[in-house]
Amino acid sequence: MSRTAAIPFTIPDERRGFGRIGGAISDGLALWQRNLIGLRRTPQTLVFSTLQPVIFVLLFRYVFGGAVSQTLNVPYVDYLMPGIFCQMVVFGAMLTAVGLAADLKSGMLERFHSLPMSRSAVLAGRTTADLTRNFFVVILVSIVGFMVGFRIHTNVFGFLAGMALVLLFGYALSWVFATVGLAVGDPETAQAASFPVMAPLVFASSAFVAVATMPGWLQPFARNQPVSITASAVRALMIGNTTPGTSTATYVWQALVWLIALIAIFAPIAVRQYRKAV
Amino acid sequence: MAGETAIVVENLTKRFGDVEALTGIDFQVESGSVFGLLGPNGAGKTTAIRILTTILPPDGGRAEVLGYDVVSDAPKVRLRIGMAGQFAAVDPLLTGRENLRLVGKVSQMPKDLVMPRADELLERFELTNAADRPARTYSGGMRRRLDIAAALVARPPVLFLDEPTTGLDLHSRNELWAMIKELVAEGTTLLLTTQYLEEADRLAGRVAVIDEGHVIAGGTPSELKTELGRSVIELSMADETDAFRAERVLSNLGRPELDGTIVRLPGSIAGGAMAVMRELDATGLDPETLMVREPSLDDVFLQLTGHKAERTQPEDATAPAGGAR
Repeated sequence: MSRTAAIPFTIPDERRGFGRIGGAISDGLALWQRNLIGLRRTPQTLVFSTLQPVIFVLLFRYVFGGAVSQTLNVPYVDYLMPGIFCQMVVFGAMLTAVGLAADLKSGMLERFHSLPMSRSAVLAGRTTADLTRNFFVVILVSIVGFMVGFRIHTNVFGFLAGMALVLLFGYALSWVFATVGLAVGDPETAQAASFPVMAPLVFASSAFVAVATMPGWLQPFARNQPVSITASAVRALMIGNTTPGTSTATYVWQALVWLIALIAIFAPIAVRQYRKAV
Repeated sequence: MAGETAIVVENLTKRFGDVEALTGIDFQVESGSVFGLLGPNGAGKTTAIRILTTILPPDGGRAEVLGYDVVSDAPKVRLRIGMAGQFAAVDPLLTGRENLRLVGKVSQMPKDLVMPRADELLERFELTNAADRPARTYSGGMRRRLDIAAALVARPPVLFLDEPTTGLDLHSRNELWAMIKELVAEGTTLLLTTQYLEEADRLAGRVAVIDEGHVIAGGTPSELKTELGRSVIELSMADETDAFRAERVLSNLGRPELDGTIVRLPGSIAGGAMAVMRELDATGLDPETLMVREPSLDDVFLQLTGHKAERTQPEDATAPAGGAR
């Protein structure tokens, strides 16, 4: 035993004021880094989050594309890619649920609760790590998109603004699925519980096909739900207006309202669940 | 610091729905001492630890760690405690070293001390060779050692260990006991829970036996042993009728317990096993086996409470995936 072990560290004071904010940021960063290391060491998650959207691009571009493109006035691949970006972040948000459920089950959350760390760090670290993952996946999938013929009709700023909107939407969804993960508390169940939430959002939407082709009873939902609104906004930003009558700004506003509403509703729920989770 | 009180627990209560986990528990732990909470699964040990480590709020009563209330001064308590739970709470994807550094980084430690402290603990818990492997590749004993090391990163003056050796093999258990003893020699106040009388005996200076959410006996291990730790005489009879008759006969000597064809005589019997044999012989009863054994926790419970140690919450049977991967 080394002699130094007998000398106790001086016990720091409780954080106050700016120290609290600084502490919350540094704790959040530590958790962010931890989650990204974990992601790098989970090949199945990496494969799920990168291969899955690439397969969807190829599937819709080359298999279903011919059938669904007849109702559109733009090349299907140009219509498709903004939809793929939105679909991808919805599926990706499930990993927020899985990650938090795994931490809850393994007792990590219990340990974090007993540490003098910022109470916001676990959720902030998880959602920002998932945002970081989405950032890289979005780049990868855009490259694949360009390779299979996707072209921007507006300009590079429109494209970048669309990307930013996709990432913000993904971040908002992370909070939605954080509540799922904390509610079920088991990674496998989190995955199973997420799917029924994701599937109607992704498939009963304008992500892959025009809403006008759907049965009348489904159209009001499909037209107004957040994935459709966001997909339309991203589409307007990247390839211009495909439906006359609604301006790009209107779509973007609607999308921003949705994502702010999602965060405003689900972040407080997730925070409350987190405090009670252990 | 000797003589001061590090942990005060007064009339602490907690219920989960219909289950009363703590029904008013009281105890005090002196600074620099080792205190053992002894009890079966479901007795409320883990709940008590979770309240003391600020993880759960109590429903009633009061608990203080180093003079700070665990509810109103929770942030100050968290700066002074280390906790290792029943199931090693380490990130299976991080290496041993990364796990310790993560805990250091979020424990408000001076940044330049985090790395040396992690290395020091890895060495001390004999994990240096495995330090750069993800914790999912560790054995159960290694994971438990890493978990305890994580609790020690910020060098907390008060340490909580919830069933530190449950599920470990004998060798790992002995190793861990030796490491815990070293810690204590440095002046750390330790509160540990255990289901094993032997563990409490080996490590703790004082023990509280808890059952159904409150303390039913307390003292030093040797006091408890003198009081309760007498050997048990166990007879196995040919059938239940014989067992019933034997129980009747032996009530002259003590308080026999009937359990199918088994008759148990806890507590000291004047004349011991010979007296038992003489009584049985006189009525023509012939036990198939007669055993004199050291008391188990079950026997202690039987003596203290008159009922068996309940195992209503089979915590051991439902170890989370994190513990088994």
